[in-house]
Amino acid sequence: MPEVVLSAQNLVKHYPIKRGVLRRTVGHVKAVDGVSFDLHKGETLGIVGESGCGKSTLGRLLMRLEEPTAGSVTFEGQDWSGASARDTRRLRRDIQIVFQDPYTSLNPRMTVGDIIGEPFEIHADVVPKGGRRQRVQELLDLVGLNPEHINRYPHQFSGGQRQRIGIARGIALNPKVLICDEPVSALDVSVQAQVVNLMEKLQDELGLAYVFIAHDLSVVRHISDRVGVMYLGRMAELGEEDEVYARPTHPYTQALLSAVPVPDPTLRGKRDQIVLVGDVPSPANPPSGCRFHTRCWKAQDVCSTLEPELEPRADGHGEHLSACHFAEPRLVVETVDVTGIEPDDRFVSTDTDDLVDAGAGLGAEGGGEELDSGQAEDRARPPATEDTPQVSDPTRVVEDTRDNQG
Amino acid sequence: MTVQDTTRTDDARVRYEPQDGVLLEVEDLFVEFHTADGIATAINGVSFELHQGESLAILGESGSGKSVTAQAIMGILDMPPAVIPSGHIRYCGQDLLTMPEEQRRKTRGPEVSMIFQDALSSLNPVFPVGWQIAEMFRVHRGMNKSDALQQAVRLMERVQIPAARERVKAYPHQFSGGMRQRIMIAMAIALDPAVLIADEPTTALDVTVQAQIMSLLEELQEERQMGLILITHDLGVVADVADRIAVMYAGRLVEKADVDALYASPAHPYTRGLLESIPRLDQKGQTLAAIGGLPPNLMRIPPGCAFNPRCRMAQDVCRTDRPELREVAPGRLSACHFAEEVIDA
Repeated sequence: MPEVVLSAQNLVKHYPIKRGVLRRTVGHVKAVDGVSFDLHKGETLGIVGESGCGKSTLGRLLMRLEEPTAGSVTFEGQDWSGASARDTRRLRRDIQIVFQDPYTSLNPRMTVGDIIGEPFEIHADVVPKGGRRQRVQELLDLVGLNPEHINRYPHQFSGGQRQRIGIARGIALNPKVLICDEPVSALDVSVQAQVVNLMEKLQDELGLAYVFIAHDLSVVRHISDRVGVMYLGRMAELGEEDEVYARPTHPYTQALLSAVPVPDPTLRGKRDQIVLVGDVPSPANPPSGCRFHTRCWKAQDVCSTLEPELEPRADGHGEHLSACHFAEPRLVVETVDVTGIEPDDRFVSTDTDDLVDAGAGLGAEGGGEELDSGQAEDRARPPATEDTPQVSDPTRVVEDTRDNQG
Repeated sequence: MTVQDTTRTDDARVRYEPQDGVLLEVEDLFVEFHTADGIATAINGVSFELHQGESLAILGESGSGKSVTAQAIMGILDMPPAVIPSGHIRYCGQDLLTMPEEQRRKTRGPEVSMIFQDALSSLNPVFPVGWQIAEMFRVHRGMNKSDALQQAVRLMERVQIPAARERVKAYPHQFSGGMRQRIMIAMAIALDPAVLIADEPTTALDVTVQAQIMSLLEELQEERQMGLILITHDLGVVADVADRIAVMYAGRLVEKADVDALYASPAHPYTRGLLESIPRLDQKGQTLAAIGGLPPNLMRIPPGCAFNPRCRMAQDVCRTDRPELREVAPGRLSACHFAEEVIDA
C-alpha cells in the first residue's frame, strides 16, 4: 500500500452549549468523538453518514479550520495539531478543500481569475507574479473551463461550472490532499457526472489523495477506494469499497445501504429492506455504549454498556474494521461488476470538458449559462466582463461592480 | 381562511366524480413568467392524465418546469409574475382554471392536495402542529375545536408519529425533519383527497428517513386509492414508487412511459443520458457518463428540439423542427425525431 499522507488519530471535536445570561456551558455537542484513519497517497477515502454524524466537522478538522478538542492530525508524519500559525499556513499548501455550495463559496465580487489566483497571493513563492495569470488559465483549462473566461464573475457561471472553479482553486497550489465536502450534492444529476469524472481525471493526472465527504452512498461507492461510515461522531465501519458495500458487517451500514433507492424498477420489492425506527439521537447526549444500540435490531445488554472498538472483524471473506459487538456480514446490495462496459457514446460522453461552446443555443450571448430559471435576473445583463479593461495587476481586478447588483 | 368558512359544512361541497377513471387532465398547458428581463417560458405545452389509484412521476432537473406544473395544478402560482396564457387543467371534467376562485379554493384539500419539499418552512412556526392539522377539519368540515383536535391526533397516529397524543401540542421546531414531513403528510391527507401531489417530498431528508416516508406514502396511497403525482429528480425513488413516468425538459414533456419500459429502453436521448449518468449503488467499476452542457435558459429556448445543443444524435432537422410528443411504441410517447433509433439502441 502506498505511503500514508494524512493521518487522523483519535480526533475529537466538542462544541460547548451555552445558556443563560452568563453564557455558562451546560453541555457539549459531540460532533466528532474519537475518529482515526489513514489516508494513503493518491487514494480516495469516502466518508458517508447522515446529517449530524460529524462528517463535515471531520473535514474541517483535517483542514484545521477547526481546532480539535483532542487528538491529532499528522501530515506526512508531521503532527500539525500544535503547529504555529506560520507552519499551519505552510501545511495548508498541501491540504486544500472544496466546499459543497458553489453559490456561496465563491466571492461574488471577485473575478474567476482573482478567485483561482488568490492562493498565490498567500503562497507567493509557488508561482512568480508574472506567471500567475498564465497559471490561472492553465488551471481553468485543466478543469475543463474556457481559459478566456478568466475575467468573468461567478454569477456568470452555472452551478457545475462554479464547482469546477472551486476545484481549480483547490488544486492551484499543487496540494497532495484535497478534502471535498459534498462537492456534487448541489448539482443536477447530468452535471454531477461531469464533475465526478473531472475529479477522477485530476486525481490520475496529479496524484491527489481525496477525502470525499458525502451523504450519497452511490456517488461515494463510485469514486472511493476505501469508505468510512460515520454515525453520531464515531466511525461505525471502515474498509475497502468492496468490503463496505458488498460485505457490510455493521448493522447501521446495512440499514443505510438497504435504504438507498436503486434506479431499477425490476428490483422493486425484491431488495432486502431494513427500516430503521426512530430518528438519530442528539449528539449532545449520545446513547451509552454503542451509539447505534437504540435503533439496532441486534442490540443486547452489552451494547448499552460497552462501546465496541473499531477493529478488524470477520466479514465472511477476510476481515475489515467494524465497531459492532455482533458484526456479521449481510448481503444488502447485489453488486454487478460492470468494469469495462463503456456507456453508449451515441447518447453520452465521458469527456470531462465543459461543453459551453457546444451549446451555442444555451443563451451564450449573455456570457453566463445559468442553470435554473430562478436566476433569470442575472442573465439579461450586458456581457460586462467580456471586455473589462486590464488594470496593471491582472490578478486584482476589483473595480467593476455593476454585475453584482450592489 | 375567513370566518364564514368555518360554518360551511360538508354538504355544501360539489360532488366530483372521475370520468372513465381519469381524475386529473392537464391539456396543452403553458406557464410564463413575465420578468423585467423578459418572458421565461417555464411550461411549454404540457399534457397528461392522472388515473384513480395511479402513481405518476414527473421527473426532471432544476428548471425543467416540474414544480411549476404542480403549482399550476394547485393554483398556488404567484400571478404575476406567472401567467397562464393557455391550457386546461381539468379535475373530474371541471376546468380548474376557469372555475370561480371560491369554488376552486374548496377543491384544495378535499380534492387535490400537496406536500412540499421543505416541511419546516411550509408549517407555521407559531402554532402547535395539532392545531395546524385540526385547522383542515375546522375550516373545511366545520368541526368544533375539540373534535378537530381528536381527528388531528388520529391522523398523527396514522402517519406513525410516536406519542401523538402528547405531541399534538408541540411546535414544528420541536420535531425532526422526518417527523415534520409526516405532519405535512397528515395535513395533506386529512380531508381524504383524490389527488395527492408530492413535490420532492424526501429531497431534504436523509436516506433512511426517505425510505420511511416513501413507504408511508405508498401505504397511504394504496389504502385510500389516491392518484399520486410524485415530482422528483431522483431516478432511484421513481423506480421504487411510480407506475408511469413523465420526463420533463425545458418546460416540455419529452417522454412518457410505464416505469418498467422506460428504464428498460428509454425512448428519448435525454432520458437515456440521465440513466447513464447516475452512479449506481449496485454497480462496481462503472464508467460514469455525462450529458455535456447545461439545460437551456428558459428565456432563450433553442429552436427545434430544446435538447438539441446537448444531444449527440442531433441532426439538422432537430435544430429547425420541434418534435411533438408522439406514440413510438404501444403505450410509449417520445418527443424525439429519432425515437425509434433510441428505443432500439
